[in-house]
Amino acid sequence: MDTVPLSMETAGPVPAPPSAAPRYDETIIKYFTIASMVWAIAGFAVGLLLALQLAFPVFNLEPWLNFGRLRPLHTSAVIFAFGGNILFATSYHVVQRTCHTKLFSVRMAWFHFWGYQAFILMAGLGYLFGVTQGKEYAEPEWYADLWLTVVWVVYLINYLMTLTMRKEKHIYVANWFFLGFIVTVAILHLVNGLSIPISPLSVKSYTVMGGVQSALTQWWYGHNAVGFFLTAGFLGMMYYYVPKQANRPVYSYRLSIIHFWSLIFIYIWAGPHHLLYTSLPDWAQTLGMTFSIMLWMPSWGGMINGIMTLSGAWHKLRDDPILQFMIIALSFYGMSTFEGPLMSIKTVNSLSHYTNWTIGHVHAGALGWVAYISFGAIYYLVPHLWKKPAMYSTRLISLHLWISTVGIVAYIASMWVAGIMQGLMWRAYDKMGFLTYSFVEVVQAMHPYYIIRAAGGALFLAGALIMVFNIWKTIQQPGTAPDTAVQPALAAAE
Amino acid sequence: MANKTPKGRHPGAEHDEISGVQTTGHEWDGLKELDNPAPRWWLIVWIISILFAVGYWIVFPAWPTPAGHTKGVAGWTEYSKLKAEQKEIDQRQGTYLSKLHTMSFDQIRADPAEYAFAKAGGAVVFKENCAACHGTGGEGRKGYPNLNDDDWLFGGRIDDIYHTIQVGSRSTDPDTHATMMPAFGKSGILTPAQIDDAATYVVQLQHGTPAMPTPAWTRGQAVFAANCASCHGEGGGGNRDLGAPRLNDAIWLYGGDKATVIETITNARAGVMPTWKHRLSQDNQRMVAIYVHSLGGGE
Repeated sequence: MDTVPLSMETAGPVPAPPSAAPRYDETIIKYFTIASMVWAIAGFAVGLLLALQLAFPVFNLEPWLNFGRLRPLHTSAVIFAFGGNILFATSYHVVQRTCHTKLFSVRMAWFHFWGYQAFILMAGLGYLFGVTQGKEYAEPEWYADLWLTVVWVVYLINYLMTLTMRKEKHIYVANWFFLGFIVTVAILHLVNGLSIPISPLSVKSYTVMGGVQSALTQWWYGHNAVGFFLTAGFLGMMYYYVPKQANRPVYSYRLSIIHFWSLIFIYIWAGPHHLLYTSLPDWAQTLGMTFSIMLWMPSWGGMINGIMTLSGAWHKLRDDPILQFMIIALSFYGMSTFEGPLMSIKTVNSLSHYTNWTIGHVHAGALGWVAYISFGAIYYLVPHLWKKPAMYSTRLISLHLWISTVGIVAYIASMWVAGIMQGLMWRAYDKMGFLTYSFVEVVQAMHPYYIIRAAGGALFLAGALIMVFNIWKTIQQPGTAPDTAVQPALAAAE
Repeated sequence: MANKTPKGRHPGAEHDEISGVQTTGHEWDGLKELDNPAPRWWLIVWIISILFAVGYWIVFPAWPTPAGHTKGVAGWTEYSKLKAEQKEIDQRQGTYLSKLHTMSFDQIRADPAEYAFAKAGGAVVFKENCAACHGTGGEGRKGYPNLNDDDWLFGGRIDDIYHTIQVGSRSTDPDTHATMMPAFGKSGILTPAQIDDAATYVVQLQHGTPAMPTPAWTRGQAVFAANCASCHGEGGGGNRDLGAPRLNDAIWLYGGDKATVIETITNARAGVMPTWKHRLSQDNQRMVAIYVHSLGGGE
């Protein structure tokens, strides 16, 4: 089968053009890729420490490394530092390649790089010193928020201008998703970050909105951070690297249009499902729940388009662990985008809310989808960027895959059991109308599952360390592949 | 094999041999797209989910309008659900609770159904409020009395326990159990040597008078009689009016080894229990007293 030439391969390697040919900007992508791996290890390690703290409180190191301060450090490190940097790396890579142009401004990209790392440090150090707005996924205080706004606008301008410089007539689907991610995150950040510092010299600020309006705005932000940062952005990544690695055309152009617009339109309304059975008015809760259910199929559109891209080429999955990472990522994506609407149904939510089930759900998405599609993209990118024939060791990629897959399954399965048990214990009444279990008894019942979860997290971290080693050896290894940073001449047909 | 087919719907469309489907004719960095339609089952499930949402909007409160939000034909609200569930709980508890208000502790104990109810309710109150110090099973820990045994500082009848729950120990309540043991060493009443002797005597109390009294024990007996017996009683039997613990048994609040006893005599102990008078309802105070009494050591 491997010998059958695919239609897209006929474009083939282009003969080396003269050295004056324009080159893609790749150094900035290398920096973002390395930064994402550094933050990944930091974020995963803090996550493991937090898991241990929940199982064994002695791991709480007061005051700087207690659970309360480390928790936002973990979430910010994995979502915004690991996830953010790899989104920037891949978006800058994809936008150049699919628009057939250099970046609009490589200086702006460098400002973006260092400005963003400074934001991460500002936010992270703030958490350790107890400086926080106390809003989930929006913990950084006003000064860090303002700085991030500047950095983000530079990113947006650079990305948009690069798109306008494109030499291709159409904009490739990956770029729709990346642009949706950049624009929407900007709006979410600006609105939810509205706050007034108590003095220009104080790190403390108060949010402009109050009461239930504040809660609803926060979860409009929080839910769409998931929707546009962790879903749309990574779907953009998927739409380039999955067809590249599989060397197959994307399954359906029409599906990509429908599911892009429906995902963008419906996701933004689903935030209230984080506030079911609270003081949020009933009507808003209903809309949050029903829009979540209508979101199920639009979310699955991306999974179908990604997995079906392999149709006719399933044999490639057998011995390509990079493709395996991507397909497992899409499977976890499909699983957690089914679980999400399920958990937004009020009856289910009354059991699942505030329990470990939610933690399991988040990690099915974060470890299974976000991290795995990123790992796949990084394994594709590293030899490509450093001009090496291939990754140092394919067997190590496979080892990483299996160790971390076992870790993810241990993590989410233990949290499902723990979460459902927790929800059932909290709501259990006896025939005389008394609660059957006290809070502390429920905490005790969680203990074994917390240990399993920590073990799962340790496996996931171990896998990532294997990956770092593999990347290190790949960059170190001698030998070079053809210089792919040179822009090929546009095909005459276009 | 990029066989360009003139029959293609899109300019530049190619025939993909593996899938047998045409491409859309676009290409970016070698990437192409097939012209497959969105899967039929996908569209059908999506339409069903939209129909479900529309149905849900008709039944439940949903869309905001200038005249207030739509109420839904079911008339359901979160508050009506809360009220209904609360009502069910109230019904389950109602008859028991109305009887509990009028019955004395003795009457409750004589009525098996009512007694079972009070113990069950008391257990919930205990685990939510008392277990943090006394343990989920009332087993206690250093400085926090074990409530399963028959060694009571302030009395083990239900009335006594109820009173202690109300006033606490060295709490903010004006009627609280406020007696204090002097810090015999720190305040210089006794010398370290005297404390050592007294500790030798106290540690021996649970075993009775030794057959061959040592000089230390004999000296300690004298120190005890002069300084301790007024509260703890001759022979260390304790005094519940003062909350002075019984010392001639094997139950120790802080530890019965000699070093701990020396520490206790030197610095004294003054454990604190808050008053629960204003934090628990009258019913809950009474039920938890009944529950604690039932743990095994009740009198």
